[in-house]
Amino acid sequence: MNLRMLWRKSVNVLMLSLTGLCALVAISLLFFILGYLAYHGGKDVNWDFFTKLPKPVGETGGGMANAIVGSGKLLLLAALFGVPVGLLGGMYLAEFGGRAVPFVVRYTADLLNGVPSIVIGIFAYAVVVMPVHHFSSLAGGFALGVMMIPIVLRSTEEFLHAVPRSMREGAMALGASKWRTISSVVLPAASRGILTAALLALARVAGETAPLLFTAFGNRFWSPGWSQPIASLPVMIFTYAVGPYEDWHRQAWAAGLVLLGLVLVTNIVVRTLLSRGTSPPRS
Amino acid sequence: MATAPTTAEAAGFPWGPRALIRRVRSGDELARLTTLVFALVVVLLAVMLVEQLWTNSAEARHRFGLAFLWSSTWDPVFNQFGALPFVYGTLVTSALGLLIAVPLGLGAAIFLAELAPRSLSDNLTFLIDLLAAVPSVIYGLLGVFILVPLMRTEIQPALKRALGFTVLFQGPLYGIGSLTAGLVLAVMIVPFIISVSREVLLAVPGDQREAALALGATRWEATWKAVVPYARTGIMGSIFLALARALGETMAVTMVIGNNPRISASLFAPGYSIAAVLANEFSEATGNLYLSALIELGLVLFLLTFVLNGLARLLILLTTSRGSVVQT
Amino acid sequence: MTQTSAKPAYNMTESAESSAMGAMETVLKPPMPSGSQTVLEAPLRMQVRNLDFYYGKLHALHSVNLQITANRVTALIGPSGCGKSTLIRTFNRMHETVRGTRLEGEILLDGEDVFAQDVTRLRRRIGMVFQRPNPFPKSIFENVAYGLRINGLPAARRGHLSDAVEHSLRRAALWDEVNDQLHKSAYALSGGQQQRLCIARALAVDPEVLLLDEPCSALDPVNTAKIEELLFHLKQNCTLVIVTHNMQQAARVSDATAFLLNGELIEFRPTPQLFTTPSDPRTEAYITGRFG
Repeated sequence: MNLRMLWRKSVNVLMLSLTGLCALVAISLLFFILGYLAYHGGKDVNWDFFTKLPKPVGETGGGMANAIVGSGKLLLLAALFGVPVGLLGGMYLAEFGGRAVPFVVRYTADLLNGVPSIVIGIFAYAVVVMPVHHFSSLAGGFALGVMMIPIVLRSTEEFLHAVPRSMREGAMALGASKWRTISSVVLPAASRGILTAALLALARVAGETAPLLFTAFGNRFWSPGWSQPIASLPVMIFTYAVGPYEDWHRQAWAAGLVLLGLVLVTNIVVRTLLSRGTSPPRS
Repeated sequence: MATAPTTAEAAGFPWGPRALIRRVRSGDELARLTTLVFALVVVLLAVMLVEQLWTNSAEARHRFGLAFLWSSTWDPVFNQFGALPFVYGTLVTSALGLLIAVPLGLGAAIFLAELAPRSLSDNLTFLIDLLAAVPSVIYGLLGVFILVPLMRTEIQPALKRALGFTVLFQGPLYGIGSLTAGLVLAVMIVPFIISVSREVLLAVPGDQREAALALGATRWEATWKAVVPYARTGIMGSIFLALARALGETMAVTMVIGNNPRISASLFAPGYSIAAVLANEFSEATGNLYLSALIELGLVLFLLTFVLNGLARLLILLTTSRGSVVQT
Repeated sequence: MTQTSAKPAYNMTESAESSAMGAMETVLKPPMPSGSQTVLEAPLRMQVRNLDFYYGKLHALHSVNLQITANRVTALIGPSGCGKSTLIRTFNRMHETVRGTRLEGEILLDGEDVFAQDVTRLRRRIGMVFQRPNPFPKSIFENVAYGLRINGLPAARRGHLSDAVEHSLRRAALWDEVNDQLHKSAYALSGGQQQRLCIARALAVDPEVLLLDEPCSALDPVNTAKIEELLFHLKQNCTLVIVTHNMQQAARVSDATAFLLNGELIEFRPTPQLFTTPSDPRTEAYITGRFG
C-alpha cells in the first residue's frame, strides 16, 4: 500500500515537472529564434540595408530598400482590399443578418481562413496574373488582402457583438435610426478591438511569402506604379537564403531580423496597448 | 383597435412601400444592402477560389484522371505528372511534425491551464501567441542555417547509430530531408496546439477536477484521468487544426525538405511536399499541362486542408460549445 | 382588428372628447378594478388601450388599459416579471428592437397613434432612461449633444449647442459637478452621475414624455435621492412614467400608481389611495409585502 502510494506520488511529481519542461521548451523557442536572428543579422542591419538597392548578382554590398518599400506597398493594397470587405461584411453579420446568409458567410470565411497560403497564391495568380499575363503588386496585394478578410470579418463581428445592448438602446431611445446607432455609437465603442484585429491581421500577412511567389514575384529594382513585379522582404529572405552567395546569406539574416522585429513589435504593441479590456483574437 | 406589425418590422423585412421608403431615407436599408454586398464578396471569393482551382486544373484532370493521385512520376520534360511523391512527402512531414508537437504542446497546455497560476499562465500564453506570429520564412531561415548543419553533424549520426537497423534511419546524411522538415513543422505548429488546447482545458468545469481530487487522486491523476478525457474532443480538434496548418505550410518546408520528388522510406532522404513543389516550380512552369498539373496539386492540398479544418472545428465546437474560441 | 401602421392618423376630436369624458367620470366615481380610467385631474398625455403583448408564444401583457396624465409622475409597480418593463418599453416602441414580439391594441400620444408615426420622431418625443446608466463612449458634452445632432435639431447648430447642453445638464442637476470637465469621457463619472447624464441626454431633445425604467436600481441611496428630487422638478415641463420595484420610491415620487401582476393591470389609482386603501386584495397583498 505504501509502496503504491509512493509510486503514485512519484509519477505525479515526474509528470507535472514534465509538463513544466514542455512549457519551458516552447517558450524558450521564441528566445532562441530572437537570439539567433539578433546574433546573425544584427551586424548587417545598417544604413545601406535600408537605403540601397540590391547589387547585381555576384557583387557584395547593397541593401533592400526596394523590398522594404515593396512590402509597404503590398500591405497598403492588402489593407485597402481586406479591411473594408472584412469590416463591412462583419458589420452585416453582427447587425443586419438574419439566419441563412450569416451562416453561409461565416462558414465560407472560416473556409477561406483555413486555405493554405500557397493556394491563395494560386487563386490570385489565376484571377489577377493570368488575364494580364504579368506579375504585379496588385496581384500580391490581392492575395494578401484575401488572407486578411476572414480575420477582420470574424473579429469585427465578435467585437460588435460585445457592445452591450443597453448602449444601442440608449441611442435608439433618442430617435437614432439603426444605421445611425451603429455608426455613431456601436462602431466607436468597438473600434479599438477592431483596430487591434486589423493590425494583427496586417502583421500576419506582412510575413507571408508563399502567396507572393507567383503574384508579386520579386524585383531587383524599384517598382513604380502598381502593375509591375515588386520585391518584398519575405520573398527576398527566401531568395537570398537559398541562394549560393555568402553575402546574400548575411543579408537574408539582416532582412529576417528586420521582418521579425516589425512583426513582433506590432504584435506586442497592439496586444498590450490597444487590446486592454478586450480579448485579443488569435491570429 | 389595431394590431401593430412589430414582428415584421423587427425582423428587418418591411414590405410596405412606405416603410421601405422611410428606411431607405433613414439610411438603414442602404446600410443593410451595402454591408450585405460586402458580406457576399466573402462568399464570392470562396466560390471563385474553388472554381478557379477546378477549371484551371481541367487539362491535367482530363489527361491523368484519378491516376494522378497514385502515379509517382513527376517529369515536366516528358509531360508526365503524378502527385504521389508530393502527397507522400506532405503526409510524412506533417505526421512527423505532429508526433513531436503533440506531446510537447499538450504538456505545455496542461501546465498552462492546470498548474501555472493564472497571471503566469496569461503571460506565458502571450509569449506563445508571439511565437505563433513568427513568419514561416523566418523558420525556414533558421532551418537552413542552424538546424540543417546540426542535423548533419550531430542528430542524424546519433540517430543512425542508435536506430540505424530500421529502414527509417538509413542512407546518407544530408542534413536536409523529411525528418528536418518534420522538426521545423513541429516547432511551427506547437504554438497552435498549446493555445487551442489551453483554451479547451480551461473550459472544463472545475467540478470534474474536484470530483477526482476528492476521491484521493493526485494532481496528475486528476488532470490526466478526469480533465484531459473531458476535453479530449477539443484537444483532437486542436491537433487537426495544427495538422491542417502543417499540410499547407510552404516556406519553411521548401527550404529544408530537399526538393526531390522521390519516395524513400528513410527519413534522412530528401523529399518533396505539395506546397514546396508549388513554391519552387509554379512561376517557372512552361506549358499548359505542367501549370495545370501544379494547380491540380493545389486543389488536392485545398481538399485535404478543407476536410481537416471542418473536422477540427466540429470537434472543438463539441467541447467548448462556444464557436468564438476557435479563431485561427 | 386592423393594422395600425396602415391606419390614418387617429381622429383628434374624437380622441380629445372621449378622454375628457373619461377624465370626468373617474374623478367623480370610484375607480374600477382594472378600468381604462384616468385617475388624476389633468389633461391626458398618453393612453394605452386594450394592449396585449406577446414574446413569441408567451402572453406578457393582458389587455392593459392605462392613461398617463400630463405633467405628473405615473409609477408602474409590481413584482419582477409582472410586465412593467415590457409595458413601458411599448410606449416608445423600444419593444420593436427585440425579435419575435407581437403587440395588439392601441397606444396614443396626444391622441395620435404611436404606431402610425415615424419611430424616430416618436422616440424624440418620448425619451427613455434605462435601468443601468448607459452613457456612450464619448465625452460628457457629446453624450448630451448626441440626440440634438442625430435629430438635426436647431439647437445642434454651432453657437447654440453648448447652451443647449448646459441647459440640459442644469435640468438634470449635473451642471455644477461637471461644468469644468465637459470634454472628459463620460465613463469618468460615478454611477449616479452617469445616470443623471443619461437623463440630461434624454432631456436635451426636449421630450414631452420621459420614461424611466427602474432608473435607480443600480444606484446607492444618496444618488437615488438626487434622482428622485430631480423628478419632482422635471414634471413641471415633462410627463414622467417610472417603473420601479421599490414601493417606497413609487410612494415618494409618483402622483398615480399602477400595480401590475402577471401581465395584468390590477389597480391604477392616485398614489396615496393605492397605498392607503387598495381596493384589490392582490394589491394589498403586494404593498404589505406578502409576495414578490
